[in-house]
Amino acid sequence: MKVEISKGIEELKFALLSPEEIRRMSAVKVITPDTYDDDGYPIEKGLMDPSMGVIEPGLKCKTCGGKVDQCPGHFGHIELAMPVVHIGFIKEIYSILSSTCSNCGRIKLPDSNLKEFFEKIKDTANKLSDIEYDDIVSEVESDASEVVICPHCHFENQKVALDKPTTFREEGKKLTPKEIRERFEKIQNDDLPLIGLDPKVARPEWMILTVFPVPPVNVRPTITLETGERSEDDLTHKLVDVIRINQRLRENRDQGSPQLIIEDLWDLLQYHVTTYFDNQTPGTPPARHRSGRSLKTLVQRLKGKEGRFRSNLSGKRVNFSARTVISPEPFLSINQVGVPAKAARELTVTETATEHNFERLKELIKNGPGRDEAVYKPGVNYVYRIDGSRIKISEKNSAEVAEKMELGWQVERQMEDGDIVLFNRQPSLHRMSMMAHEVRVLPYRTFRFNLAVCAPYNADFDGDEMNLHVLQSQEARAEAEILMKVQENFLSPRFGGPIMGAIHDHITALFMLTYRNPLIPLETALHITSYIDVDRTPEPVEVDGKRYLKGRDIFSLILPEGVNLEFKGKLADKSLDPNGTEGLIRIEKGKLVNGAIDENAIGQSKGALLDYVLRKYGNAEGAKFLDNLTRLAAGVISFTGFSTGIDDEDVPGEAKAQLREVGNEAVQKVEKLIENYRNGLIGMEPGKTLEDTLESMVMKTLSQAREKSSEIASHYLGMDNSTVIMARSGARANMMNLAQMAGIIGQQSIRGQRQHRGYTNRTLPHFQKGDIGAYARGFVSSSYKEGLNPTEYFFHATGGREGLVDIAVRTSRSGYMQRRLINALEDLKVSEEGKVLDTEDSIIQLEYGEDGTDPSRSFEGDSVDVDYLVKEMFGTKYEGGKK
Amino acid sequence: MAKYNILMHEMVPEHWLVPVKEEENILKSLGVTKAQLPKIRRTDPVVKTLEKAPGIGEIVPGRIIEIVRKSRTRGIAKIYRTVIGE
Repeated sequence: MKVEISKGIEELKFALLSPEEIRRMSAVKVITPDTYDDDGYPIEKGLMDPSMGVIEPGLKCKTCGGKVDQCPGHFGHIELAMPVVHIGFIKEIYSILSSTCSNCGRIKLPDSNLKEFFEKIKDTANKLSDIEYDDIVSEVESDASEVVICPHCHFENQKVALDKPTTFREEGKKLTPKEIRERFEKIQNDDLPLIGLDPKVARPEWMILTVFPVPPVNVRPTITLETGERSEDDLTHKLVDVIRINQRLRENRDQGSPQLIIEDLWDLLQYHVTTYFDNQTPGTPPARHRSGRSLKTLVQRLKGKEGRFRSNLSGKRVNFSARTVISPEPFLSINQVGVPAKAARELTVTETATEHNFERLKELIKNGPGRDEAVYKPGVNYVYRIDGSRIKISEKNSAEVAEKMELGWQVERQMEDGDIVLFNRQPSLHRMSMMAHEVRVLPYRTFRFNLAVCAPYNADFDGDEMNLHVLQSQEARAEAEILMKVQENFLSPRFGGPIMGAIHDHITALFMLTYRNPLIPLETALHITSYIDVDRTPEPVEVDGKRYLKGRDIFSLILPEGVNLEFKGKLADKSLDPNGTEGLIRIEKGKLVNGAIDENAIGQSKGALLDYVLRKYGNAEGAKFLDNLTRLAAGVISFTGFSTGIDDEDVPGEAKAQLREVGNEAVQKVEKLIENYRNGLIGMEPGKTLEDTLESMVMKTLSQAREKSSEIASHYLGMDNSTVIMARSGARANMMNLAQMAGIIGQQSIRGQRQHRGYTNRTLPHFQKGDIGAYARGFVSSSYKEGLNPTEYFFHATGGREGLVDIAVRTSRSGYMQRRLINALEDLKVSEEGKVLDTEDSIIQLEYGEDGTDPSRSFEGDSVDVDYLVKEMFGTKYEGGKK
Repeated sequence: MAKYNILMHEMVPEHWLVPVKEEENILKSLGVTKAQLPKIRRTDPVVKTLEKAPGIGEIVPGRIIEIVRKSRTRGIAKIYRTVIGE
């Protein structure tokens, strides 16, 4: 039974253009190096001959009769007076020259060998792959070029050398292209397959040009400047050079001028033809414009970032898009984006007038192209009538056009609040890099969005720019709203948890609002609640005749109704909390009963509360929660104020003494260890040499010192300290960072080892040779606040550099890896039944991910969160053993 | 006979030759054609080993092989491959 397998393109074949074919496809023989006459008409048989196509509207092509948009252009040709080599085939010409006999034109291998190779190539039963064929060709070439005496005619061949870029020499004597061509003509068709050519479509002598194709004028259009001055394309300039030198060469040859002059002109022709193809040939000075700019010839048009492939074929530019700097705006919803009025007036949505929107569009047209007003009012830039003719709306004609409008007209309306747009930040590494937002037109010149959305875009505001695309059709808008809206992308397909959440000051603010349930004076509290979108206030409490609101009650306002949740916060496993209750966050019936809200509750990708709200109440409620949360945080922190500085790390004198003691003790312990090592008192640990054992013991001692300093610092830095609040709540930094500022920075390592490279037997000339003590190997006992001494500073810098190099290497490597994955997987799709198919409908997976689960609709990768269901159904009494 | 049976290796998942009678049923339940399935070469070491198993004999192109393997997401995943020539 035969299994049919679907197929793609099997092979591409490249062939050479023969001189006859160049002549056959030519519409005109170009003989004049001029373009236009004084009246501006193209010269007959010149480079702009109308037989090669037309570029000016109104004129007709002499070959096909088509006008500008109908005629694709036609090639012309130049008859070269003397042959020249084609720079693109230099390598091939060289290898053919060295592997064939200059006398008889056969490959310089005995018939028996050739037959063997032929059999391999011709063997249809065991068809060779392209790579195997290429291998045979290069084997033939390398074998044959070694041979001196031709086995066929016994002629003694001489070695051919390539004098770059285009000159071939045989024993010092120059080989002219004409001679090369004559040699190539002698090569038999039968031998060509072993050289890598297919005799049906290519002959080696065609690599030497005798006829030169002139591309159509469409390829090298004349540019008319505003001044009326004409400017020719670079290719045309180069063609002028070729024709001019070709003419002079022909004249001199026909007159019988001295050989020297002819050779000079021949070389010059070779130069011009070479640079016409590639103006960056090594060993050739690039042809230049009068201004000194080097010409962009054929290869330059295709190659590199600005070449045809990367710039025009792989890259496309779009309309209805904008790009500007981004900045934060906590009062916008996470689903919104602030668009500058200036951009909104340029970006348009095309609407067709129907009975349903007729009056609205009329009003919009009356607004004209927009005025600078305090409140943004959208206008209309252009209107298209039913016949397609365009009217530009101006202040003057707006009222008139509005009256004339009919059903079916197309109105290019300016952007208004509520339009759906796509918002994107490069590099677009995952699908959350491009999400749909609702527009809010705002003053000033930046795009603005809610800070919670920084995470999926990986954006910050140190000058980042982002792109915005306006959707143009109803289908696109609907699709974007359902699939791409920010709130629909809460759960990351990477780990099935929320990728957005509170950051930095949001966490700090809400932590301060809920930690130990502070009492907030009623007036302040009411002002804070005015930031959020709720319609109730909590019951005030009275203390000493003054009325207060409790912090946790204020926070409870933004919780959806009926939240019941209990989980551990960041304070849970820390010894710092004296009563030990702040770490247990308990929410009952939508009220925060106990605990301080921190990163574990609302932080991005780990906020348990946020996760719960999303799963139980859905994306819309989740978005509302986060919107309110950011606003509330902004309200709280603007009232309390929050700042930090290096003096936050001030510790009392006794602490300083203790820290110094810890440092010295550690250094002494290391000394002791080294002494023991020298006296042979240290036993080897399994799998380690004696040196390794010592190293690991030293490392251990020193890291214990840092831990101890961290403890001391933590002890003296309390919860009244801004930096501690940030570290404990998870807003930014951790206690180790603080300890490094206040106490001991610790060991600086390279590749997990103590610093050891440098001079002979020592890291720096500041130490004795052979010193392997703590300081000599990169231990830093100073703090960032105190400052480092010179040797410490040096070690710190080397350790820091490792981190930087790591990041640079990692990003480039993972970027390339991801690119390869994307290219391999981009055509796969998930069918309606959940199968993963490729473009020919072949099965990749019978069920997506083998279990058919969409990770962004899953619970941390599992299809169902059983614990949650049990808890919802039976209450807490059946609480499972999970975590 | 080779010294080791590769099917016994812990890293090689279970391979079963699907009886011709059952092929249609399986394809129907999966909703695919034979050509759509992933392929496995007749010269694949696993197929060659299967051929040597008692009562199986030559496995011609067009037969289906069932592979039962452990899956991180599903526990046990069954997949099918069509035998092709070469």
